[in-house]
Amino acid sequence: MPVDQLVDCDIHNELTPGALHPYLPPRWRAYHETYGGRGDGGAGYPKGAPRAARADAWPPSGLPPGADLEFLREQHLDPYGVRYGVLNCLTTACREQNPGYAAALCRAVNEWQVAEWLEKEPRLRAGIVVPYEDAALAAAEIDRAAAHPGFVQVLLLVRTDEPLGRRRYRPIFEAAVRNGLPVGIHFGGGRGRNPLTASGWPSFYVEDHTAMAQAFQAQVVSLVVEGVFEELPELRVVLIEGGFGWLPSLMWRMDKHWKRLADEVPHLTRPPSAYVREHFWVTTQPVEEPPDPRHLLAVFDNMGGTDRIMFSTDYPHWDFDDPRRALRLKLPPEARAQIFGGNAMALYGLS
Amino acid sequence: MAEYARPADWPDVPLVDTDVHITPRSLAALTPYLPARWRDYVRESGVASLESDLYPPRSPLSAIPGARPADGPPASDPELLRTQLLDPWRLDVAVTHCIYGIDGIHNPDWADAMARALNDWQHAEWLAGEPRLRGSVVVAAQDPARAAAEIDRVGDRPEFVQVLLPVRMRAPLGTRAFWPIYAAAERHRLALAVYAGGASGNPITPVGSPSYYLEEYVGLSQAFQAQVVSLVCEGVPVRFPALTVVLVESGFTWLPPLMWRLDKNWKGLRREVPWVDRLPSEMIRTSFRLTAQPIDAPDDDPARLLEVLDRLGSDRMLMFATDYPHHQFDDPAHAAPAGLSAAAMARFLGGNALATYRLEAMSGAR
Repeated sequence: MPVDQLVDCDIHNELTPGALHPYLPPRWRAYHETYGGRGDGGAGYPKGAPRAARADAWPPSGLPPGADLEFLREQHLDPYGVRYGVLNCLTTACREQNPGYAAALCRAVNEWQVAEWLEKEPRLRAGIVVPYEDAALAAAEIDRAAAHPGFVQVLLLVRTDEPLGRRRYRPIFEAAVRNGLPVGIHFGGGRGRNPLTASGWPSFYVEDHTAMAQAFQAQVVSLVVEGVFEELPELRVVLIEGGFGWLPSLMWRMDKHWKRLADEVPHLTRPPSAYVREHFWVTTQPVEEPPDPRHLLAVFDNMGGTDRIMFSTDYPHWDFDDPRRALRLKLPPEARAQIFGGNAMALYGLS
Repeated sequence: MAEYARPADWPDVPLVDTDVHITPRSLAALTPYLPARWRDYVRESGVASLESDLYPPRSPLSAIPGARPADGPPASDPELLRTQLLDPWRLDVAVTHCIYGIDGIHNPDWADAMARALNDWQHAEWLAGEPRLRGSVVVAAQDPARAAAEIDRVGDRPEFVQVLLPVRMRAPLGTRAFWPIYAAAERHRLALAVYAGGASGNPITPVGSPSYYLEEYVGLSQAFQAQVVSLVCEGVPVRFPALTVVLVESGFTWLPPLMWRLDKNWKGLRREVPWVDRLPSEMIRTSFRLTAQPIDAPDDDPARLLEVLDRLGSDRMLMFATDYPHHQFDDPAHAAPAGLSAAAMARFLGGNALATYRLEAMSGAR
């Protein structure tokens, strides 16, 4: 099914060893080489595939999947006719334990993104990687990097140390609004502080992957209930790779219990679902697959329409959604155009 | 609030309330059931209460009007339970559970003694004197072997129909260390009830503890989602095919999208969990039941709720509940989905519970 203006809202560009050296000041380059990253672990849940990548996404150059711009063009941007692709660079830089190191790494990643990706390929846009556990440092990096027009959002990972609505994170959202950028919250993150579930650590990667949706739910609840959108009415938040089938039920649940417990949160002036409808966007992959694909239409309806749903592939990862095969739905042409491009163009200011 | 009673237009079919809280008036109510060593321990260490703070007693969600007896917390008076719930709702059976902070105790010997005391207390002071009540065996999962022994001790008493664990545990429920508990439950034809509570010490969300009680309560549904995923992926329904898992006060509108996501992930990753030999959603429909409150759907748009029920893909899963004394609905008419077929309504009100719990005598008597 052809789409004129396909926007892919989730593409991953990968760092290669040494890629950041030109962008790191000597003090942090020495730190990087001597101590390196800590606190990630990473091997706890081996992915379904090496580097969580599609088997066919390894470039002939020998670089890792997502690290070779020419191969990205050849395998993904050109054949699918991607008009714009939004890069979400998944680096541990954003969650390093040492805040100074995290900030230096994030700045280096962003400079590398400008030089190696945005300046070289006009179809690409990117998220600003920030050391989000230190909100002041993150806000400073947003203020610095936002000057480049290739950056269209601030990028956070969903598994944070604390719920994102808590006040310690507020400077990040203030900086995003100040710079006219949405905040994208992407699948992943975590540095061992919080177990993946309310009952500790599960055993398997399939649980890790499935449980990610619960982290997204917690962030939606936190941002809404803490009143972040009352304070920052212009804030726009994008949930990336979290799915969205759960969103109607969560809106209903928040509304129901807010009615009973409203006196605890007098700073909320509207039902929680009203904030969700106004302030949240979602990307599609990994799109939920009901046994009857038409049930997704009811989900869209319960979310308030299709104007906040944005197509994404997650290239080059194993759970890639193919633009030609995902969303097997008879959508009205207008809704299809919105989901596959129009909504993202409007949100990110693309033309 | 409308009169708290069975709506007049409900059909005359067995009505089973699958979510009724009971609690001791105070810790002192349990001391007659504790061995001397632990009576002394409680007194000498000045333990005042093990009541969980998950339901702040004055919060408007925690109790319907009039549910607070003069001399104790809501749901601590058997006589008030009769006059406020059992009689006006004309219940055939009320399945009770006691959420007391046993799971938060770190001393495994004390936890086990407290669980035994709670079982003997509820049996003597609630279940034995009221034929409409059925209870839940409290166990201290801190020591699964002794938890299984406690199930063996009381599990054949006909007044008990399920084993009770909190949704917030120290480890996910599918974890194999807990399997002796499931083997014991299955041995005694008891269901496994997972209730909306727990004092495990893990934050309620995967991103830490939220600021507000509203978030904490809303977050319980995510804790339930994780437990469903764990039980399925570890293969508990495969290993214990006769065990039914009842999610209590979990909400249920979140379940269809979870099944969609888990089915999709299983298709991609099933080689990691080869014992999961069929679609997770099939396993969930076979082995899981849910009590109906809270109904997290718009009251003013019943079609949305019917849509969710359709997506569950089975009318055998959902069981009527009041969640007494919690204040989940203002109008009892909202305690059942509007627009069910007569057969589905009968299943919802009682049939599903009769098929889930050891209540054969009950269905025969009627």
